[in-house]
Amino acid sequence: MFETFKIWQHQGKQFIPDVTKATLTEIFRGRPEISTESVNEAEVAELCPTSAILTNPMRIDLGRCTFCGECELAYPKKIKFTNDHKIAANTREALIVKEGDTSPIKIDANAVRKEIKSFFGNSLKLRQVSAGGDSANEWELGACSNVNFDMSRFGIDFVASPRQADGIVITGAISTNMAEALQITYDAMPFPKLIILVGTEAISGGIFEGSPAIDRSFLDKYKVDLYVPGNPIHPLTFINGILTMIAK
Amino acid sequence: MIGNAENTIKIRNNETISLHNIPLLPYHKFYDTASALLGQAHYHCVNYYGFPYKNSLHLICAVANDHDRTIEIFSCQIANESGIHLESLTAKHYAMHCYEREIAENFGVVFTNHPWLKPIRYPHDRANKSDTINTYPFYSIAGDQIHEVGVGPVHAGVIEPGHFRFICNGEMVLHLEIQLGWQHRGIEHLFLKKKKLLERTTLAENITGDTAVGHNLAFVSLMESLGNLPARYDKKLGYERALALEMERIGIHVGDLSAMCTDVAFQLGSAVFGALRTPIINYTQLWCGNRFGKGFLRTGGTNYPINEKLISKLQFLFDDFTTKFNEISVYTFNLPSVLSRFEGCGTVTLKQVKLIGAVGMVARMAGMVRDIRHTHPFASYTDIPYKPAVLTTGDVYARGVLRKMEIEKSTLYIQTLKQNVMSLPESPKPVYKVNLAPESFAISLVEGWRGEICHCAITDEDGELAHYKVKEPSLHNWLGLALALRNTEISDFPINNKSFDLSYCGYDL
Ligand code: SF4
Repeated sequence: MFETFKIWQHQGKQFIPDVTKATLTEIFRGRPEISTESVNEAEVAELCPTSAILTNPMRIDLGRCTFCGECELAYPKKIKFTNDHKIAANTREALIVKEGDTSPIKIDANAVRKEIKSFFGNSLKLRQVSAGGDSANEWELGACSNVNFDMSRFGIDFVASPRQADGIVITGAISTNMAEALQITYDAMPFPKLIILVGTEAISGGIFEGSPAIDRSFLDKYKVDLYVPGNPIHPLTFINGILTMIAK
Repeated sequence: MIGNAENTIKIRNNETISLHNIPLLPYHKFYDTASALLGQAHYHCVNYYGFPYKNSLHLICAVANDHDRTIEIFSCQIANESGIHLESLTAKHYAMHCYEREIAENFGVVFTNHPWLKPIRYPHDRANKSDTINTYPFYSIAGDQIHEVGVGPVHAGVIEPGHFRFICNGEMVLHLEIQLGWQHRGIEHLFLKKKKLLERTTLAENITGDTAVGHNLAFVSLMESLGNLPARYDKKLGYERALALEMERIGIHVGDLSAMCTDVAFQLGSAVFGALRTPIINYTQLWCGNRFGKGFLRTGGTNYPINEKLISKLQFLFDDFTTKFNEISVYTFNLPSVLSRFEGCGTVTLKQVKLIGAVGMVARMAGMVRDIRHTHPFASYTDIPYKPAVLTTGDVYARGVLRKMEIEKSTLYIQTLKQNVMSLPESPKPVYKVNLAPESFAISLVEGWRGEICHCAITDEDGELAHYKVKEPSLHNWLGLALALRNTEISDFPINNKSFDLSYCGYDL
């Protein structure tokens, strides 16, 4: 018993007191900023591994970006990734950062389904389905519940069964072999069936876009409630995104 | 490919050879050669796969000699059509089962006398499209007292999908069959389809994201070998990469210790090991901007050379980590409530791990010394040797304690790297285009935290990639989990599964 207390004491306080205010190391790649400096846009776009860079005017689509940082390394005056980790959004358009744009990524309160705010302000139970996920996002979702990030303090938890879940959290580009299981899990959930896409692969297919082994038709059928970009996502991006979405 | 007088060609880890130098044998000779090598304890097969070449199918086999750092390569040519019958090597050497199953699934080859010729992952380009993931031929046992439990593909926790079919007598598991393939994303196909180096390295980082450094190290080493880049011989780069690889190992091992504590309801261990993982992966983030080391390793050099500031942070990190880690691990592995769940649970014997050709931790927890850092060194391991930790009991306890020991060994290894790395000349910058040697074959072996990763590449006449093969250690080790569950209570499945922590997506590709 004494030993237990000693270990406790040596650990000190591990939790991040206010996740909404936590900042990350400088080098972390979060929201990018694109300057108005003139460059050969086609060349920059060509370098990107996932066609996340759009041209004329230059934009970066965070739903496609793998955050590899290579565009910034090659064109440091044009592109700068800031350590702003609050990059989740509820519309696909909000993930596209435009040239000259330095404002934070917004969650559009008007676009949030009304029942989400009224039901889930204090509690949200989620079911995770990895459909071709590469396990990095799954590790980070797990980390959301560790002692540092401690997501449960906000009443947000991952649950064992879709029957208990308010929403589904999808990782991975959606492999053809998982497409049916994903649909069955979704069907098993009660209303209102939130859909949260976690990680670049889930949002756009990422590096797997165009693979003959993926089947993303599930996403053609439903409206997505939250997009959480990253490769993998940072736990703070996920937690802050959800908190903003369910805030009354 | 034309044959020569010898039956094999001996090469080293990360070496490139001309395709024409790979002996091309008729199947009976290929079979005898493989069989003769695998009959000796110090040889093991690191890769064996099919490569469609012109109008035929070439089978390429790589057998590592664990004594002299070499790998013997040999090949055989057969017609590329479904229904070809070949005598199975698995019938004599069980460890070959997964390779032959893969060749059978991809190309429709029938291996006669193979005891378990079942699909591996239902790839999109499999030979028989009428086989689907829902038609897997499960083993069954008949009997009044027998019942089956099916779990997955979607699991209760936040983990990847796989299907586990238990055949039980009461609470006791008689047989566990693990059906995978759910995560198949067509990785090997995409390596050819995506032409840019940056696309390919991104793919390598996504084979399994928890081993982004390990798999990408195999990829960049292959490119550097095929392109004969100076980075191959750069000492500092080798040290930096090994440092990144050992950080990846520590981060996952400590996270897995946390998960193992969670599964036996030991809350303190779960919380403390979990918290200790954070500074480790945050260090990787501090170094390269990503907690998993994505974007870290690049062909030809590095964008993130180590510097004095990072070195002093590393010292600071381990001073704190080591004390806290020792404290919690000593407590955990002496706690009766933990030991009663760990000890003697899910035992796999030395004989079994040898039979299934287990690699990495799964081999070492049951008494088999198998570690690429030791037998076929790469990066810094060529000049700073690493001696693997080995345990013998083969149970959950061994898998937990081995993680602890490997964390300690990696910590010490990092200390040595740290003391030497700064005195070396600057490592080079990466390249984003590389000219690969035409009509060549190259192989790269890396000891990731799960074990032996093997990537092989073949180029065509124009020096373009013609074939890319990925072998993730889990290809061998999933069968270890299945064996661990035999005569084990079904309620001990979660703790066993966590103690192995194998890759679904790396296996499914
Ligand atoms: S950081 Fe994003 S936008 Fe830039 S090159 Fe990488 S994937 Fe493309």
